[in-house]
Amino acid sequence: MGNTVEIRWHGRGGQGAKTAALLLADVCFKAGKHVQGFPEYGPERMGAPITAYNRISEDEIRVHSNIYDPEYVVVVDETLLEAVDVTDGLKEDGAIIINTTRGADEIIPHLKGYKGRVYTIDAHKVSMATLGKYFPNSPMLASVVAVSGVMDKYAFLREMQTSYEHKFAKKPEVIEGNMNALKMAFDEVKLLEEASPSDNTENE
Amino acid sequence: MAIRERLSGNEAVAYAIKQINPDVMPAFPITPSTEIPQYVANYIANGEMDTEFIPVESEHSSMSATLGASAAGARALTATSSCGMALMWEELYVAASNRLPVALALVNRALSGPININCDHSDSMGARDAGWIQIYAENNQEAYDNFVQAYRISEHKDVMLPIMICQDGFITSHAVQNIVLLEDEQVKEFVGEYEPENYLLNAKQPMAVGPYAVSNYYMETKRAQRQAMLNAKQVILDVAAEFEKMSGRHYGFFEEYKTEDADYIIVMIGSAAGTTKDAVDKLRAEGKKVGLLKLRVFRPFPAEELCEALKNAKAIAILDRAESFSGEGGPLGTELTTALYHAGNTAKVVNYFYGLGGRDFRVEHAEYVFDELENKDDIEQYQYIGLRE
Repeated sequence: MGNTVEIRWHGRGGQGAKTAALLLADVCFKAGKHVQGFPEYGPERMGAPITAYNRISEDEIRVHSNIYDPEYVVVVDETLLEAVDVTDGLKEDGAIIINTTRGADEIIPHLKGYKGRVYTIDAHKVSMATLGKYFPNSPMLASVVAVSGVMDKYAFLREMQTSYEHKFAKKPEVIEGNMNALKMAFDEVKLLEEASPSDNTENE
Repeated sequence: MAIRERLSGNEAVAYAIKQINPDVMPAFPITPSTEIPQYVANYIANGEMDTEFIPVESEHSSMSATLGASAAGARALTATSSCGMALMWEELYVAASNRLPVALALVNRALSGPININCDHSDSMGARDAGWIQIYAENNQEAYDNFVQAYRISEHKDVMLPIMICQDGFITSHAVQNIVLLEDEQVKEFVGEYEPENYLLNAKQPMAVGPYAVSNYYMETKRAQRQAMLNAKQVILDVAAEFEKMSGRHYGFFEEYKTEDADYIIVMIGSAAGTTKDAVDKLRAEGKKVGLLKLRVFRPFPAEELCEALKNAKAIAILDRAESFSGEGGPLGTELTTALYHAGNTAKVVNYFYGLGGRDFRVEHAEYVFDELENKDDIEQYQYIGLRE
């Protein structure tokens, strides 16, 4: 209903988009919100495009449909920009957050004229720097919290510390790296500088 | 004290099972119910419950073992979905006719084919004549609460029938959402111990279970099952009243949402009812007199109570999440239309099908149905909502 924030995640099977959506639900629940986190299942296989969703609200959430007009879209895998209409229904006063190293001239043409804010983050860089392996979901989770403001940064980090301690009870060595990935992502997620109109004209 | 949590529907049901700590759970995995035995097996491995878990080689075996355990005198259950339930078909009838009060955690999923893992109600609706009590849930909270109430209904001496607690595959089973849990002690006290009157392991009273019944006896057995199902109505209400005292959450045969003065009412089952509530609120804000009746208990079918609740409606839309190919409507559509006819209700009744194989049901779809009820004279009967022609 009115005050519900809706978020749609686009990823590929195995990248953790579903896990990230469930973690976001988890952390917002701890902040006292009503939450929903759910995946949309097709034929499950590694690498197939998957969608996951979040609803976050002050009130009880009763709707059980998928999300068609989200406030925020998170693209965990930039190769989906060519395969999926990621801005479909995305509200123009919302934002899209894309995991990419590419600049505006390469990103904007895939966004079907989306007029809202576009953020990018190099989750690969963040993940390699903090975890030494490529797990994009922690940086993307922090990015969506940073951009949407669904909860306060420090409350988020505090709750995530607890979540990771629980989740990684049997491998505590990865907790610090994941926490660093979250913190670094807050600094790395950037509003995309739009290419000037003249550049576009020349390209066309 | 109530415990605030966030759990998926599968987690919620597994948690209820942990709190009930039944004697025996045989199970075979199938999407989307697999997580239920998976979580239960984890609880057992962690020493949080001491249910005897039996990994079996098929659903035919899981239900057979459940019935065997129950006949022996144990409190037993299993979980399944879709084709898994289809493979239990024979045992579903055996459970009911032998008056074994087992529980089935059913996570509703379409039946093949085409093969599909998503939600519709064709599995449980196909089993509507098997003699099981059927209770459905809108969300994780209701799935949990219904499971806590299950054995109190099924094991009641006036009932002694198997019970299936249904929830919508993926839509609620895999969606993490806020939930309020009861404390372990509360659940334990509420559910109580199972003390069967007759059971195979009672050496003092030898008995046979499941013998052949000649024609001279078969019909009387069915009549007795029917009586048990009729008795279940009062028991379901009594258990719900007791549950409300403990939890503060009200349950009955169905939930009436803004139906009191409604001219146009949608009747449906399961998670899509939550979506329809948002449509009702939106249209109410525009001054439209619309309401929702969400059926919780499909077996026993509360015909009289439904007719009473619907008596002032000008038009009623019955939404089925299972096709029955009868040409006369879906399972809910035909039963409710029959009941309305017997009650002399002359309201316009339209039967729609929606959500087959997980087709998404949106707020807009509910608005479309209300709009048709109010503004269209010649509504197409038995239409599919959201169909691509």
